[in-house]
Amino acid sequence: MEKHLNIPISADEIRDLKVGESVLLSGIMITGRDAVHKWIHDTFIDKTKPATQEDLDTLSQLKPILDGGLIYHCGPVVSGLETKQYRFVAAGPTTSIREEPYQGDVIHFLNLRGVIGKGGMGPKTLKACHDAPAVYFHAIGGAAALIAESVTEVIGVHKLEFGIPEAIWVIKVKDLPVIVTMDSHNASLHTSVRDQSKSILNRLIEG
Amino acid sequence: MRDFTQELLELIRLTSTDLPNQVEERLKTALASEELGSAAHAALETILKNVTMTRKNSTPICQDTGTPIFFVSAPTSIDKDELTVQIRGAIELATQKSYLRPNAVHSITGKNSGNNLGDAYFPTIHFQPSANDELSVDLILKGGGCENVGAQYSLPNDELKAGRDLEGVRRAALDAVYRAQGEGCAPGFLGIAIGGDRGTGYAASKEVLMRDPDDHNRDAELDQLENRITTEANELGIGPMGFGGKATVLGTKIISSYRLPASFFVTISYMCWAFRHHKMIVKGEAIDYE
Ligand code: SF4
Repeated sequence: MEKHLNIPISADEIRDLKVGESVLLSGIMITGRDAVHKWIHDTFIDKTKPATQEDLDTLSQLKPILDGGLIYHCGPVVSGLETKQYRFVAAGPTTSIREEPYQGDVIHFLNLRGVIGKGGMGPKTLKACHDAPAVYFHAIGGAAALIAESVTEVIGVHKLEFGIPEAIWVIKVKDLPVIVTMDSHNASLHTSVRDQSKSILNRLIEG
Repeated sequence: MRDFTQELLELIRLTSTDLPNQVEERLKTALASEELGSAAHAALETILKNVTMTRKNSTPICQDTGTPIFFVSAPTSIDKDELTVQIRGAIELATQKSYLRPNAVHSITGKNSGNNLGDAYFPTIHFQPSANDELSVDLILKGGGCENVGAQYSLPNDELKAGRDLEGVRRAALDAVYRAQGEGCAPGFLGIAIGGDRGTGYAASKEVLMRDPDDHNRDAELDQLENRITTEANELGIGPMGFGGKATVLGTKIISSYRLPASFFVTISYMCWAFRHHKMIVKGEAIDYE
């Protein structure tokens, strides 16, 4: 049935995971979507943008959290902005495919054990999942309230200048429910479901 | 005219936070059909827990509170302009109270209006005359994920070998479900409009979703087609969230309208599992919610 995994996750635990498995995740992770992936990629991987001292400081604070850790593709609704007593009100996943150009490199650079999002990702990320190893965890679209409840603490925030949904929120989660849809053995549930449904569609239409 | 702003606010709160029982029942049936321990089963379990939680806490079922679409059926005593002002006022209040997320974005500047009010199309308000002296206001909240996978086919379609008949409609509908995969947050509902023009086709494909999920189409042939499309869409095996499984489509509603001799559109609106729909009925002094 459901597996419990604590972050940081080991490479062996990741290799054990197969597509279709339900997992409850606990530990510390960060949120990151378009702006964050672009920032990491341009500043530290491609180095097309010179890194400021602040960039370097932020990276050195994030590195230990992300070594063996996870990035969650999520643009949360956050309360307590005036008092900085942050709380996640809604925290459903956002569509992941937009990070496809960066994700593989970011997984290797930070030694991530995976990412969380919705809709799945493409071949570059699947290859990175195989090589790292890492997996793609699919959160449930629309289950925003339930996921927000599993965020037990907002530890801090970086890059708030990206805007609330785009900032790097460091969060502690307890039993965040996800499904493995891309594993470290080159399997993608998204591809197999698409292929299977295509052949059934052909039969229903031809038949 | 009476001020309905508070009553409309309650309609919005109810719609955003309380999933209709009939939809929840279908999700429960879907859960029972999926294999224990499967990804589909886990997804539906999570969805149903979320539904119970938001109803209890009066918080939005999904963070994407969508486009508010109102269908108003009003007697002549109702001033439409005034009711429009009241609806817009209620939307703004509901946004302040976090029943709705600010969702109206200017298409050119990218700026979010902050209060969920855009131009005359946001929120969307359709008026029609009431047959009696009842005022009824239906509200549907339609999220972006499922709106993006809606589709319109112009028949005949070569690739699908879909002609201008009900068989062509069936092919188009199944193709749309295949293309959507899990991206519209399956399992979903299909609203299908046959005919009209490109604009009225989409409007009708949403309006038909207001029908009672458990009713039957009055046209026996269309009723049969509705059931067939639901059954066959589920055979595709796409499943909840596209994880694979038995529950892909929970219901189909079809409406046909007049078309031009030269056109034959089949328009499919996909409604995600978070099918948020409630109705407010004003009869004399009494106000009921369904
Ligand atoms: S498609 Fe529906 S359930 Fe999915 S994120 Fe959008 S509104 Fe929410």
